Amino acid sequence: MKGDKEKKIIKTIKIDADKCNGCRACEVICSAFHSEPKYSSNNPARSRIRVIRDPLRDIYIPVYAGEYTPAECMGRDKYVIDGKEYDECAFCRASCPSRDIFKEPDSGLPLKCDMCESDPDLEEPLCVQWCLNDALIYEEREEEVEEEEEQEELEIGLEALADKFGLDKIMDTVARMSVKE
Amino acid sequence: MRYAETGFNLEIDLSRGNIERVETDPRDTELYLGGLGTNAKILWDRVPPEVDPFSPDNLLIFATGLLCGTPATGCNRTIVSTISPQTLLMAFSMMGGFWAPELKYAGYDKVIIRGKSPDLVYLWINNDKVEIRDASHLQGKGAIKTAELIQEELKEPKAQVASIGLAGENRVYMASIEQGRSSASRLGIGAVMGDKGLKAIAVRGTKDINIARPAEFIGLCNEVLQYIKVREEKPIPGVMPILAGLGSPQEMKVHDEAWHTQNFMWGNARTRRKDFWNKEVEEKWTETLENSRTRLISCYNCPMKCGATLSVPGLPTYMMKCFSKLTYTMAAYSDLDFGFRIAQRATEYGVDGFSTPQVMAFAIELYENGILTDDDMPGMPSDNEGRFYWLLDRIVRREGIGDVLANGTYWAAKEIGRGAEAYAHNNIKKHEQLPLKLSMLNPVYFLMYATGEKINITQIEGQFPQAPFATMEEREDFVKDWIQIPDEKFKQYLLDWEFRGEHSNPYYPTVQMSCEIVDWQETMHYIDDALGMCAGLSSFPLKPPYHIHNYPKFISSGAGIDMDEAKLWKAAKRYRTLVRANNIRRGMRRKDEKPPENHWKKRFPDLEKELLDTYYKFKGWNTQGIPTKESLNELGLDYVFEDFEKRGVYSDNGDTPSKETSEENEKKQSGGSEP
Repeated sequence: MKGDKEKKIIKTIKIDADKCNGCRACEVICSAFHSEPKYSSNNPARSRIRVIRDPLRDIYIPVYAGEYTPAECMGRDKYVIDGKEYDECAFCRASCPSRDIFKEPDSGLPLKCDMCESDPDLEEPLCVQWCLNDALIYEEREEEVEEEEEQEELEIGLEALADKFGLDKIMDTVARMSVKE
Repeated sequence: MRYAETGFNLEIDLSRGNIERVETDPRDTELYLGGLGTNAKILWDRVPPEVDPFSPDNLLIFATGLLCGTPATGCNRTIVSTISPQTLLMAFSMMGGFWAPELKYAGYDKVIIRGKSPDLVYLWINNDKVEIRDASHLQGKGAIKTAELIQEELKEPKAQVASIGLAGENRVYMASIEQGRSSASRLGIGAVMGDKGLKAIAVRGTKDINIARPAEFIGLCNEVLQYIKVREEKPIPGVMPILAGLGSPQEMKVHDEAWHTQNFMWGNARTRRKDFWNKEVEEKWTETLENSRTRLISCYNCPMKCGATLSVPGLPTYMMKCFSKLTYTMAAYSDLDFGFRIAQRATEYGVDGFSTPQVMAFAIELYENGILTDDDMPGMPSDNEGRFYWLLDRIVRREGIGDVLANGTYWAAKEIGRGAEAYAHNNIKKHEQLPLKLSMLNPVYFLMYATGEKINITQIEGQFPQAPFATMEEREDFVKDWIQIPDEKFKQYLLDWEFRGEHSNPYYPTVQMSCEIVDWQETMHYIDDALGMCAGLSSFPLKPPYHIHNYPKFISSGAGIDMDEAKLWKAAKRYRTLVRANNIRRGMRRKDEKPPENHWKKRFPDLEKELLDTYYKFKGWNTQGIPTKESLNELGLDYVFEDFEKRGVYSDNGDTPSKETSEENEKKQSGGSEP
């Protein structure tokens, strides 16, 4: 189903890793802001941004927590840039079973960057405000996107199965399964 | 609940392999804050003067500052305190980096080490799990390499590691404790760590640090950040570039080294080379720095970039900061490329970048003057640079003459004899100083050099300009937004200060003014050292973001301790006095409080006496520099007075010589063996 065009604000944090001095102030302020009540504690292990650091190899990449994923990828990726080999999955934002970042240290619950959503809105996410070296730059732009009716997760899955096996076969299978139960 | 601090110390007994987590008394935090303050109290309570630096009863304390681990920008210092083998007094070296906040997040304010391990071990602190682990495979490994190997074997790249190199293992008096880009270098604390058989402490923490009044505290943090931003855009005009901005001197950033190379002394603090800096040198040194430096880096939670990663072609990568950039270069009359190359080796060995080059230059001078001969230096290369490498290798291994030199110039000169003592000319309280030799006595600096118990000028100076401004216009411009002063009168002192005439050094600032300036400068450093704040954002630069007016608010809202300016000033005075009390009990007296004889060409004995007399009185000390009964009582330190009385401290004017042999030497004389 195709809908009308609508305007959407795209929030971006531009990461200039060359400018990172490795101080981790972003982790400090992120974890402080997200504590309850606000700023009542801080703990970089709870931060939704992490600086992947390996000082002797000159590796400094700030990475933001993205979506939670229940399963690991089938394979792992490893980047080599300018002769520097980065850790497996270094640039990935997912909170995933393969590694311990972006999880609450005590509960293990996943963490996700929310761009410091608050009421009233902040001018910029706090990690950006606290990065005086401009390694983190906040940008907003407006994009016109086609309005789409959101599909339910199950519907997306079924559609994919129907594409592969045909709708009839799916319906037969569903009927058979319900009898068995 | 405890705020800003965790309220727990780790007590490690290496002799018995015992580990305890001990709750601390919150009243001590109110009285002594934390970091250096509470360290001084612990050393007073538990390390009496009979305990030698290399006794198992000596403590080695790794402390965080009270505000380390909070969002307060730049608050990341580890304060390491023990009894120094070099000065035989209380040592409190510090390092920035990432170690102290990590310890806080693991749930501890201090790690207190006592005893000695029979075998080389390291400590692994992972939140509540603390282990003493075998380090025999790390024996002889470089300090940086050790950290890397430990992170690998623990599979914990986020662990922060403080470690010693070969120098510490061999109890070299100038051995440092290294931690990535930072090091606690002065006063031989690495030697004490080595003596205890402790190669490293690795720490990882994932717990919260709590804040008493969050909204107020974060507001203060934001003000400081804003101030840093504005202050960095507006360097102070009319002062030398390294004093214009914030941070420790931006040595890793700048190419122009005219000031250091032409004003500081080369060799064994001997030669001033007024015409050294020229276009050719500048081009060559610029190329060296550009080809080695991969990135400017900071410590934990700080926007400054005082350090750098250096990858000198053909050598392993290491990190450097501040004036170590030039110490080896200038001691060896060499160039920056040599300085960077030998500093790489020295960092892995784990030695102090101030004392070590001076000790080597001292040895070369003794050799050139026939006091040390070819018999003492078998196989020493003939070229200057080769000699420095040769000496460094021998010092850290305590081989041959290296065994003597490893005790620093003061003790080495005594052992060598034959007039060598005249060459150990740049010490205060037995410790090597920056290679500076100047013309006219500066009364403020005289007092700082004489009475500073950090025994390092950079750890007491700051805040008040080092020299007057030339014009009244510049002075008025400087004082108009000088909010950091504790009292308006300091503005007038600066406005009236001239280069020449009645209002110039050495008689202006007047004796009284000098006392007040020094007291202010020192107090700010002591506050930093208890809170864990980097001096580079506070006590060292001109017009810093942290000062006596906002610190009480940080402490009140952060730690939940009711604090105002008067109370904070008094607390700093209390533990500053306690540092002195530790040293007085160890025999320090007026006779020890003097700058090197040749620090200034123009000296004024009567004025110097008056300065010291007045300052002692100002601080509440008697003519020997011993805190009086009244001043101790006022600070609530009656227990110090009682101990002084019992030991007869007040009747000891320092004529009975304090211990005058080094510990290493004593062992040799008594035929003692390695522990």
